[in-house]
Amino acid sequence: MATATTSLPAGAGRQARDTLLVLLGLIVLWQLLHWLAGSVALASPWASVVRLGELLGRASFYPNLAETALAFGQALVISLLGGLAIGVALGANRLAGAVADPILVALYSIPKVTLYPLILLFFGLGMEAKVAFGAIHGIIPVIIFTMNAVRHIRPVYLRSARVMRLGPLETARTILVPACIPEIVSGFRIGFALTILGTLIGELFASQRGLGFLLMKAMHSNDTPTILAIALLLFAFASLCSWGLLALDRRLHRRT
Amino acid sequence: MSRVGLIRLAVVVAFVALLELATRAGWISSYSLIPPSQMAVAAVQILLAGRMLDDILLTLQNVAAAFVLAVVVGFFGGVLLHQAPRLRRAVDPLLASYYAVPVFIFYPLMIVIFGLNAWPLIIIGFLFAVAAMVVNTLDGFDRIPRVFFKVARVQRLSWTAEVFQVTLPAAAPYLFNGAKLCVAYAFIGVIAGEFILAGAGMGYEIAFAYNNFDNRTMYGLMLLLLVFVTTVNMSLYAWEQRLQRRRGGR
Amino acid sequence: MTAVKNLRAAAEPPPGEASDVQAAVRGVTRVYPAAAGRPPLHALGPLDLDLRRGEFFSVVGPSGCGKSTLLDLIAGLAPASEGEVSFEGRPVGREVPEGVGVVFQEDASFPWLTVRDNVAFGLRRSGLPKAEVAERVDHAVGFMGLAAFAEAYPAQLSGGMRQRVCIARTLVTRPRLLLLDEPFGALDQQTRLLMGDELLRLWRETGATVMLITHALDEAAMLSDRVGVMSRRPGRFIEILETGWARERDSRVVSDERFGRITARLWSLLREESLASIEAGRSK
Repeated sequence: MATATTSLPAGAGRQARDTLLVLLGLIVLWQLLHWLAGSVALASPWASVVRLGELLGRASFYPNLAETALAFGQALVISLLGGLAIGVALGANRLAGAVADPILVALYSIPKVTLYPLILLFFGLGMEAKVAFGAIHGIIPVIIFTMNAVRHIRPVYLRSARVMRLGPLETARTILVPACIPEIVSGFRIGFALTILGTLIGELFASQRGLGFLLMKAMHSNDTPTILAIALLLFAFASLCSWGLLALDRRLHRRT
Repeated sequence: MSRVGLIRLAVVVAFVALLELATRAGWISSYSLIPPSQMAVAAVQILLAGRMLDDILLTLQNVAAAFVLAVVVGFFGGVLLHQAPRLRRAVDPLLASYYAVPVFIFYPLMIVIFGLNAWPLIIIGFLFAVAAMVVNTLDGFDRIPRVFFKVARVQRLSWTAEVFQVTLPAAAPYLFNGAKLCVAYAFIGVIAGEFILAGAGMGYEIAFAYNNFDNRTMYGLMLLLLVFVTTVNMSLYAWEQRLQRRRGGR
Repeated sequence: MTAVKNLRAAAEPPPGEASDVQAAVRGVTRVYPAAAGRPPLHALGPLDLDLRRGEFFSVVGPSGCGKSTLLDLIAGLAPASEGEVSFEGRPVGREVPEGVGVVFQEDASFPWLTVRDNVAFGLRRSGLPKAEVAERVDHAVGFMGLAAFAEAYPAQLSGGMRQRVCIARTLVTRPRLLLLDEPFGALDQQTRLLMGDELLRLWRETGATVMLITHALDEAAMLSDRVGVMSRRPGRFIEILETGWARERDSRVVSDERFGRITARLWSLLREESLASIEAGRSK
């Protein structure tokens, strides 16, 4: 009766195929738009893939990739772990959460691109600025999602924690976080993508290296195949990690 | 004002006071950050001088257009996806990585399709915001208790009656949340677009001021932007609170 | 009979507490202060109650009379606005005292843990050696009839089974006072009757004092030594009935003619209160 399933259920295979179908549809749309707008505005899917292949084959590409990856990695740690901690703290304390909620929403709405001069002036040109930029993009949705999840936790779990006389840290670790995993994972997925975006935008201006820099160069010279090759790479990477997180979430969901 | 509101005000005031102190005392160099009081003065001067009024209005117009488009298209997109669960499950993994793609790279494409006017920028803002609305619409519909639909059938409501009298009100809190996010994303999308690409609008003026080392104008504009965004958000928030209280919600 | 002895061991009070009273409330009230758009709410009291050591005490009353509030006060989950609450002679403040266990109406089993891990959760901070924790968990799981499902997740179990998991999780801490807030409210009638028998068995074997909040009069009448009937809000005890049942009883007491009389008495008291409560609502 209580047999644990180690593989994903049959439906997941079908869903993967459906997703591929959707992707195919998007590629078709891409091709149509290319025919409509011409290479000067949008490179064809094929040209982009070819260019991506060229880039990956070029040795000079990899230092750029490494630079971005390094900045992104650091920003991600700050976004996810920092966001989780702050989100749990704000969610667990009713007053703090109520006070912080509109402030967070307001911070979320500020186009962080316009904070860029501020960050540049503070951190100077270089890695720290990029990490800061990536982190501020990603941390806020993680905080918001986590905070909301903790605030909406079933009250009976909290009362059980009190009956079992658990301290606040223990309650957070053993009850709050496990109970909110689905929403936390949603927050992570969005925070992940936004951190990529933030790190990239950070690289657009100040860096002499990195994917963002390459993108900027390509945009200035209107090198549309390169632009789309890089966009493709980013999308593929984000999709892969998002899919990974989703798979993890599905495995955890089995229990709920 | 409620106790919570007072505490919030105190937190914000304390933060601003701290910044003022830090910048005046020189802990933070004035090359990086000017005192908030000077920012406020600059903001007022910009408004009074009137030369940037066109840019400001242009930005607000673009944001409004992007927002409306995102909410409407996003809502119906959500409705459609909800009715087609297989398509929805197929799209779901892609939705989150949507944000990893820098949408402003499609700007040249938009110019070709829509021409050299405000539309490409509006579409960028729209693309940025619409995903949030779709996700929230789906979420809201998911959470409507099945029993409500049974009641609708027992009452023999037509499809439109069911949507407007049952589905919409029941999902309203989530739709509201989606709209709030759309405001944020519309602002971000349009202004980021102006910052990077366009030749007019607040985003452009901020970039211009930055490139010319004109800190006062830059920060004045940033403050104005903050004020706009906060005002819109606070109104939405207050409205939402009033709705929530009637529903007995959190 | 080491199994029984295991569960019973902590039912003896700590040395020095020779009193006959497990828990007591004196002149206790609970008033919710005024909030946005409503006046202060006088939810409970003033009332007095002595819970005798080892007894099975039920509380019945009309909806909203404050039964659950009374339980919260005794457990230390909510503070009394006036009066004193004590457990084993010591005052109860804002913390749940050691030795008190609570089972709630809603399913409180953690969906992310197996049944066994759920039950073991109750002993996390006990500082007991791992071997003893495992032994106690096994006993509780077996005692509540969950042995075949120990590695399952709550989502795979029925509502009744999940409540058993919650009870097992409380059991494992060997509470001297067991408070149950309408624990079977979400279950169907037949499951409820069977769970009632389980509860009696648990009560006898652990020797704990049990306070049960319920809206089901038959449940209160068949399970308890005493039944407290609460008035409508603000709740006060109108009457406390003694049922006089023998300790070794189960749900078959329904065929005893005393059962009918007790239930009838409960209903005659409650019917008036319920009607008056509805009237009061209507005249507002």
